[in-house]
Amino acid sequence: MTILDPVTLAVIESGLQQVCNEMDLAFVRSAFSPVISEALDRSDGIYARETGDLIAQGDLGLPVFVGTMQFSTQAVIARAKNVKPGDVFIVNDPYLGGTHLMDVRFVRPFFYGGKLWCWLANTGHWPDTGGAVPGGFSANATEVEQEGLRLPPVKLYKEGVLDEEILSIILSNIRIADQRIGDIKAQAAALVVGERRLTAMLDRYGADTVDDAVAELRSRASTQMRAKIATIPDGTWHGEAFVDSDGVVDQPLKIAMAVTKAGDELTFDMTGSSPPCKGPMNSVIATTCSSIYLAIKHIFPEVPINAGTFEPLKIREPHDTFLYAKYPRPVSGCAAEVSQRIAEAVFDALAKAIPGELFAAPAGSSGNFALGGFDPERGRAFVMYVISGGGYGGYEGFDGLSNGCSTIGISKTTPIEVFEQRYPVRFEEYSLHEGSGGAGQWRGGFGVNYRVTLLRGEARASMVMDHGRVGPNGALGGGAGGVNRVVVERTDGSSYVPPHLSKDQDIAMAPGDSVRVSTPGGGGYGDPARRDAGAVQRDVALGYYGADEARLLFGRD
Amino acid sequence: MSAIVGIDVGGTFTDLITVDDATGEVRLAKVPTTVENQAWGVLAAIDAAGVDLASAQNVSHGTTTTTNALLERKIARVGLITTAGFRDVLELGRRTRPSPYGLKGQFVPLIPRDLRLEVPERMDAEGKVVTPLDEDAVRAAVARLLEAGCEALVIHFLHSYRNNAHEARAAEIAAETWPNGYITAGSAILSEFREYERGVTAAVNASVQPVLARYIERLEGELKGRGFTRDLLVMQGNGGSVAAHMVARSAVNTVMSGPASGVMAAAAVARAAGLDRIVTYDMGGTSSDVGLVLDGVPQVTSETDMEYGMPVHVPMVDVHTIGAGGGSIAHVDASGMLRVGPESAGATPGPIAFGRGGARPTITDANFALGRLDPRGLLAVDGPGDPESVLAVIGEKIGAPLGLSPDEAAAAILQIGNHRMAGAIRMVSLARGHDPRDFTLFAFGGAGPMHAVALARELAIPRVLIPARPGLTNALGCITADLRHDFVNTLNAPLARLDIAEARAVLEEQRRLGRAAIAEDGVAVEGVSFLHAADMQFEGQTHLLPVALEGPEITLEGLAAAFETAYFERFAVELPEIRPVLVNLTTAAIGRRPAIDLKTLAAGDPATDLAGAQIGERAVWFPGGRVATPIYARDRLPADAVIAGPAIVQQLDGTTVIDPGAVATRDDLGNLMIAVNG
Repeated sequence: MTILDPVTLAVIESGLQQVCNEMDLAFVRSAFSPVISEALDRSDGIYARETGDLIAQGDLGLPVFVGTMQFSTQAVIARAKNVKPGDVFIVNDPYLGGTHLMDVRFVRPFFYGGKLWCWLANTGHWPDTGGAVPGGFSANATEVEQEGLRLPPVKLYKEGVLDEEILSIILSNIRIADQRIGDIKAQAAALVVGERRLTAMLDRYGADTVDDAVAELRSRASTQMRAKIATIPDGTWHGEAFVDSDGVVDQPLKIAMAVTKAGDELTFDMTGSSPPCKGPMNSVIATTCSSIYLAIKHIFPEVPINAGTFEPLKIREPHDTFLYAKYPRPVSGCAAEVSQRIAEAVFDALAKAIPGELFAAPAGSSGNFALGGFDPERGRAFVMYVISGGGYGGYEGFDGLSNGCSTIGISKTTPIEVFEQRYPVRFEEYSLHEGSGGAGQWRGGFGVNYRVTLLRGEARASMVMDHGRVGPNGALGGGAGGVNRVVVERTDGSSYVPPHLSKDQDIAMAPGDSVRVSTPGGGGYGDPARRDAGAVQRDVALGYYGADEARLLFGRD
Repeated sequence: MSAIVGIDVGGTFTDLITVDDATGEVRLAKVPTTVENQAWGVLAAIDAAGVDLASAQNVSHGTTTTTNALLERKIARVGLITTAGFRDVLELGRRTRPSPYGLKGQFVPLIPRDLRLEVPERMDAEGKVVTPLDEDAVRAAVARLLEAGCEALVIHFLHSYRNNAHEARAAEIAAETWPNGYITAGSAILSEFREYERGVTAAVNASVQPVLARYIERLEGELKGRGFTRDLLVMQGNGGSVAAHMVARSAVNTVMSGPASGVMAAAAVARAAGLDRIVTYDMGGTSSDVGLVLDGVPQVTSETDMEYGMPVHVPMVDVHTIGAGGGSIAHVDASGMLRVGPESAGATPGPIAFGRGGARPTITDANFALGRLDPRGLLAVDGPGDPESVLAVIGEKIGAPLGLSPDEAAAAILQIGNHRMAGAIRMVSLARGHDPRDFTLFAFGGAGPMHAVALARELAIPRVLIPARPGLTNALGCITADLRHDFVNTLNAPLARLDIAEARAVLEEQRRLGRAAIAEDGVAVEGVSFLHAADMQFEGQTHLLPVALEGPEITLEGLAAAFETAYFERFAVELPEIRPVLVNLTTAAIGRRPAIDLKTLAAGDPATDLAGAQIGERAVWFPGGRVATPIYARDRLPADAVIAGPAIVQQLDGTTVIDPGAVATRDDLGNLMIAVNG
């Protein structure tokens, strides 16, 4: 091994990062799925040739993909035969290092000097992959087959040529297939951009030097993570979080999280969590691990990400719980919702160990709502996808942010004017969810209310949300954030509340019917009685809380 | 004398260039910016250059008044009247957080919730009235906002980009009682869809309108008091200027005008030098600005974010700010990695070399310690440090933990800093489908010329251009800028359904409005020209790709072909399967002002040969070690100078480093042209 000078090391580190950033940029600017182009629900990375371990990942990739792509790359490595330059594998199997079926991964071997040097991979969230529900967020599937088309790793491109036969199978099994060809080309082209940049980098520094740098960077990321962990007091800290229900059986699912800090390592033990569930709220192991990595990254955002970062994080595999789903358990809620509850359980535990670094729980729901139907005026089928944010938790010295993005995402919501241009709907309201910020010395941020009405034709509404039963946890004596609410209001004056509060599927909608959603607020931080009196007055003046409500929550006018 | 005067206010300095087009005389000034009232610095610059205002043709002014007011939130009290059900749109935004990781962060809306009022009214996405405007409710809301002490008003209704009738009527009603002209209708500033972005853009406009109007009024008064009787022009973010009496109406257009004028000047100089593709690089103290000029035209964008949660979607010169500058701090982190930035020492405490109490090594310190920067040449520095002691600090803080000598440590800071900057430059310019070999790196600003050769090599750009006055480029932009007014209208129709006659009519109407606006400026122009573009996408996409149009006589086939070509150039993807959509039509109306002769800027006192231009020698570090390096005075360089690196060229407003292997020559306009690989 050559001795690397510190300059070369730093330059290779930022060079690898830039390769990923350029892939991210190319993908997002040319994608069709608004979930990718506008909501940035995608990620690009570089993975080790033999182990599939993460070498580098784009700065603006979706956070929940932090760890998952290395698992799916490992699944490709285990199954790939006769790998050639220009091949691109497609895979979305949740049990093979995946999330939900809509997250489709492309994995491309990268050859340098005739030899496999690494893997380039990306994930994009497709708007539909077939299954019972338009958009894929089933609320009550009981087998993965109901959730959509499942693809094991297969070569979609063979030596650079798109396999039209595999393509036709895919396109025959998904909704709104005509635009997918644009996404497929964009997703594959992003990996070509990465290949070009990486080749230039290896030409310049030499493959051996870059190999050495990759090993060294891994060891250094591990060192840095360990240095952070060392600042946490020794001991075991317990946290918990609840998923409203699995969408089928109406009872809460518990995540029990014991975080033990010893030396410079953290161990995560989920013993005591609920058993595998019938409905689609099971989490595959890749997503469970990723959620823990993501939670730690939110707490220590300055630590760089590569496989070394994860080394001091020891996760006891939660066998026989809903956090380690096996075939054919349905999983469509795992990436969007269960992942965020897992992160909250980690926050809840570590808020007790290092309160100054932490924050009360964020709203933590992706707020997935899909309306699929037929628009008679335009003579075509449509699927409208709405995501929503909620309040963040308060933290030392500050109130939480309102309408923050989901914990696992960085996706922006679609403008109302765009929804109304594209779909037969009208929004009647998009407003701040008053009173939803959890009380505390530093209160939580606020969620959102929206109300959308179907104008014509017929449609079915489905949603996978959470925190309908209990709001996001407060910290250090702060109150919980407000809960998520969904109400369907009919033209005849009747209304319907989903029996599972935050999850339902195939609610028939007629013209004039509307759905009103209120999203959760963030948890409060610290004793509400210690909130500055002027701050309480200001909150009331701005209408964030009613006067009586404020008196009740904060014990003052 | 009939001088034209350009004055640019920057963060640290107020710069002035004046050119007398009769005599060719040029005068320059660089004075400290006066933060409390920028007008004082402007007047000080005028005095320093000895400009006779009574005979000046016009004064063109770039100001950061509005940018600063926004960033520091020293803004007017603004009220909002909006569609019932949607008053919180401006507070909720589009569900974001300041950074991908970390769940902390703050956001304060420009208009507080109690000043955001709703009235019954509604248009649908086709522009049809769903709920008529409740005019009494508008009157009541106006009264309430006046009572609450609002100085400016925003009227922002859903889908007003499609049909602005309700907004226009509400503005009319408000004008009956509103005591000043500060009423902004969202669609009047930006007739483009996306309610958050359009609403915030309107709110930004209203927030800074009174601030800008007061500033310009004061300045005009001061200038008049000194005998100035002609036109005061104000620079805009679109790279053009506008008459002072019109500027407050669209105050938002002055946001980010400083970086824009730099790019405009760069484009003008590059065009004169026969270069039509350049990357502009303006390196300052805390950040650097990067722009792209293709075919002689600076790229324009309508998707700028001022800061987290503050989109300003009016057409602006596409300048990307990257968080690295001379003040970027170097440190060794917990894992033993050398990091440069993003933290900056700023102006205070500043780099160690500035002697203002800075104790942590920065990029400027590395330049200083390695002999690149003349200790006597630091501008506006009270007690500069000496290179040896700065080098010692670098050795101790960076060298020791990494096992590097002090020289190696300082060099490592530069190398990593350059690598980071080059990466950021590539992301915002070349990574958009351009071949670096076709470009020239145009470096300016105080520190740009010091890093230009190293950056160009990193980016595989073969040439560097350092203009005659690198530190006064923004002021030059003020005097080269044309009058400019931009218009955007959303059509949002697939080409298959597009009414081409309507589209042409939109462009014609934009041209008519443009001519009228330039006439209203009341400033002498040599002619009016237009730039047209179509923002297009494939059906189903959300991002837009601007496609240049030759004129208003567009055809469906022409639009389709132009889009396909542009799309392939940008993404290397062909998509015959999917239908193209025309989203917006845009027109820039440009009132051409008389060009100045750039040669006049290069006037100096050239020596007869290169040796005569040499003013000293320093031991400067380059890869391999310290080398005795000649130092030349820029204004003494002979016209036929050929300078082989290593060499350093110094002038009042900048230091150019010519690395070993690079060769610099001087062109007719006084630019230094550097072939980075000889």
